[in-house]
Amino acid sequence: MANLPGYRRPYPGTQPNHLHPPYVSSIKRSPSLPLVYLPHTLSEVTGPVFDSSLVDPKACDLTRQHHGEPLGERIIVSGRVLDENGRPVPETLIEVWQANAAGRYFHKVDQHNGPLDPNFTGCGHTLTDANGHYRFITIRPGEYPWKNHYNAWRPAHIHFSLFGPAFATRLVTQMYFPGDPLLPYDPIFNCTADEKARNRLISTLDWEFTMHEHALGYRFDIILSGRHATPWEK
Amino acid sequence: MSLQATTSQTVGPYFRIGLARLFVDDLAGPGVSGQRVEIAGKLLDADGQGIPDGMIEIWQANSHGKYAHPEDTQNKPTEKGFKGYGRIPTNENGAFRFKTIKPGGVPGPDGKQQAPHIVVSVFSRGLSRRLVTRIYFPDEPANAEDFALGLIDPSRQHTLIAQKSGQPEGHLEWNIRLQGPNETVFFDTGL
Repeated sequence: MANLPGYRRPYPGTQPNHLHPPYVSSIKRSPSLPLVYLPHTLSEVTGPVFDSSLVDPKACDLTRQHHGEPLGERIIVSGRVLDENGRPVPETLIEVWQANAAGRYFHKVDQHNGPLDPNFTGCGHTLTDANGHYRFITIRPGEYPWKNHYNAWRPAHIHFSLFGPAFATRLVTQMYFPGDPLLPYDPIFNCTADEKARNRLISTLDWEFTMHEHALGYRFDIILSGRHATPWEK
Repeated sequence: MSLQATTSQTVGPYFRIGLARLFVDDLAGPGVSGQRVEIAGKLLDADGQGIPDGMIEIWQANSHGKYAHPEDTQNKPTEKGFKGYGRIPTNENGAFRFKTIKPGGVPGPDGKQQAPHIVVSVFSRGLSRRLVTRIYFPDEPANAEDFALGLIDPSRQHTLIAQKSGQPEGHLEWNIRLQGPNETVFFDTGL
């Protein structure tokens, strides 16, 4: 096979360093030696393919997984997945997970004393459509305390996991909400140096996605690494 | 139009809620060709402590050296029952274990073959973005000519090569040390 074009590398400051001391867990879990630059080969420009046979069409509605309605504010979270070249990323898997309205995760390790909601597990998945659109119905997650430092509180957020077309395009991130007063104090949100890049993690209230007398809509567009046009990056 | 890739954020400690559905630790069903291997190890922090809230994802070619992906246009067979993808959480001791087959060689830059390898992403609480590394195989002559191993200081290459763990045949040990003595080599592949 001829040399394949690789995927673009991030602009300086737009991705977090592994070591970010204010995020205490990073201190003993980040490499001390520099990463070794690896040009992309067939191993990195390919990646797992998840088609609709692996997707439960009901899993995009996190409010309908149990007998009753979950507590909290119902919201729509929707947007597009594009690559850095502006092209939609079609039929790619998105997995999400989040705390319930009381800021409690359905997970045995979460010892926050906020109540569990028997009608809310807080996980979902979907595939983007042919134009890269996706849509989840869920509950606005609550803020919650954590042990990073005294009186540490995480801003409300939803975890997103995406594959894109290749191993090189894998992305795990978190979506935040506009106007959250906890954002300036959160070492996880602030682990990325570039302010504009950080702020792109904040969704925007969107009237197009809002449903009259039913649910507010929030837009969160996600950009995956884009392909180089020229063969073989240096 | 030029956009910038969305900023990565940690998976946090509760990723099982969202990611457990796709946990796969046995990649090769019955009838899949190739040498069966079982790879076990630990994900360790700077103090050598096991990381209980971590996860690895792996991606590999089949025994013919063919990826189950449309961009692999090599004239080699794909195999029903072998996708090449695994997602394995660590247990309470930081240990992980998965079964697969040894992949065949795949093309590298300038038409040279790469030695058989598995690509790995590491996720955990505390990692704001994934770490990327590779697993190579012991007693593999092609390692000496491998392009990616050749990018690494020779004194660190061993961190990517799984070791035979005695009996039984096909059992390999490979540990991931995020920091400190014998720190695993991680690659910059972009995000």
